[in-house]
Amino acid sequence: MNIKVIAVAVLLALPAQAEEAAGMIKTAQGKVEVVRGGQRLPAGPGFAVMQADKVQTGAASSVGITLRDNTLLSAGANSSLSLDQYAFNPTTHQGRIDASLKRGTLSVISGKIAKTSPDAVHFRTTAVTLGVRGTEFILEAHGEED
Amino acid sequence: MELFVPFTLATWLIALNHEPANDRVVLLPSADGRAGAVQLSTAKGELLLAQPYAAAEASSDGKLTGSTADGASVQARYGDTLAALPARPVSFTVYYLSGSAEALTAESAGQLDALKAELLRRPVPEIVVVGHTDRVGSQADNDVLSLARAGMVRQRLLDSGVKAQSMEIAGRGERELAVDTADEVAESRNRRVEIIVR
Repeated sequence: MNIKVIAVAVLLALPAQAEEAAGMIKTAQGKVEVVRGGQRLPAGPGFAVMQADKVQTGAASSVGITLRDNTLLSAGANSSLSLDQYAFNPTTHQGRIDASLKRGTLSVISGKIAKTSPDAVHFRTTAVTLGVRGTEFILEAHGEED
Repeated sequence: MELFVPFTLATWLIALNHEPANDRVVLLPSADGRAGAVQLSTAKGELLLAQPYAAAEASSDGKLTGSTADGASVQARYGDTLAALPARPVSFTVYYLSGSAEALTAESAGQLDALKAELLRRPVPEIVVVGHTDRVGSQADNDVLSLARAGMVRQRLLDSGVKAQSMEIAGRGERELAVDTADEVAESRNRRVEIIVR
C-alpha cells in the first residue's frame, strides 16, 4: 500500500521535474529562436531554456545561456544547438548534460556538473563527441542543414 | 573570353565551399587556473586535449588531427561567439553562529549593497541562495539545516527589497566544506550561506 502511494507520488512528480527550466538566455543579438515541440519561438534575454530545446541563431547573431549548474554557453552566427538532455540536482550537484552542435560555433565554460560528475557532460557534433572535465573550450561544427 | 574567367573562378569558389569542412575544437585557458581537459572521440579514434590552446580538427569520416591555436587566432575566428558568453556567476558569502539558522555574524550584514550593485550590472539576473553547514550532526540533519539557512537568507533578501528574475534556494549540507575537518568538528567558516548571482 505504502509502496503504491510512493509510486504514484513519484509518477506525479516526474512530469513536473521534466518541466523545470534547464537555463536562461542572458544575451541575444540579431535573430535567436528556440525550436520546441515543432514550434519556432522567438527568444531573447529572460527566455527559459528547457531540456530538448533547440536554440538557433541567424546571420550576424549570437546567444548566451546560463544553465542551472552555472555552465555558461554561447553560440555564434548561423548556429544550431540542441540541449538533448539536462539534469541537475542542486543538493548533490550531480546531473547530466548532453548537447549537440549541428552547425556553427559554441563556446563553453563548464559548471558544477562537470566538477562533480566529470563523465556526465558531453557535447557532440556529427563528427566528434567531447567528454568535458571541468574546462573552457570552443567547438565549431559543419553538419548538414536539418 | 574575358567573361569566362570570373565565371570559372566563381564556380571554383562555390565548389570549394561545398567541400565538407572539418569540425574544430579548441581548449581555452581556464579563468580559475585549473587544468581542465576535453576527451575527443570519433568513429576512428580518441584524442585528449589537456593544455591551454590545444586544438583538433575532426573530419566528417572521423579522422582526428591535433594542433595548437593561440589567443589571437581564437579571437579572430571566435571573438563574436566568446563576446556572447553570459557574465560569470559571482557569489557573496554570509556566516552563521553555531547551530543557528538565524543569527548572522556582524561582518556578514554589510554585503547587501555589493549584492544590489551586482544585480544592476546584469541583464535578467537570477539569485541562487545555497546553504552550507559544518560537520556537526548527521548529513540528513545538515541537509535540512542548510536549506533552512538558505530559506532565511532568501527571506531577508526579499525583505530588503532585493529583486531578481528568480530567487531559488538549495541546501548542500556538509558536502562542500570551506575548511576541511573531521566529522563532528564545529567550524564557523563552514556554517555559511552563499548568495550566487548569475
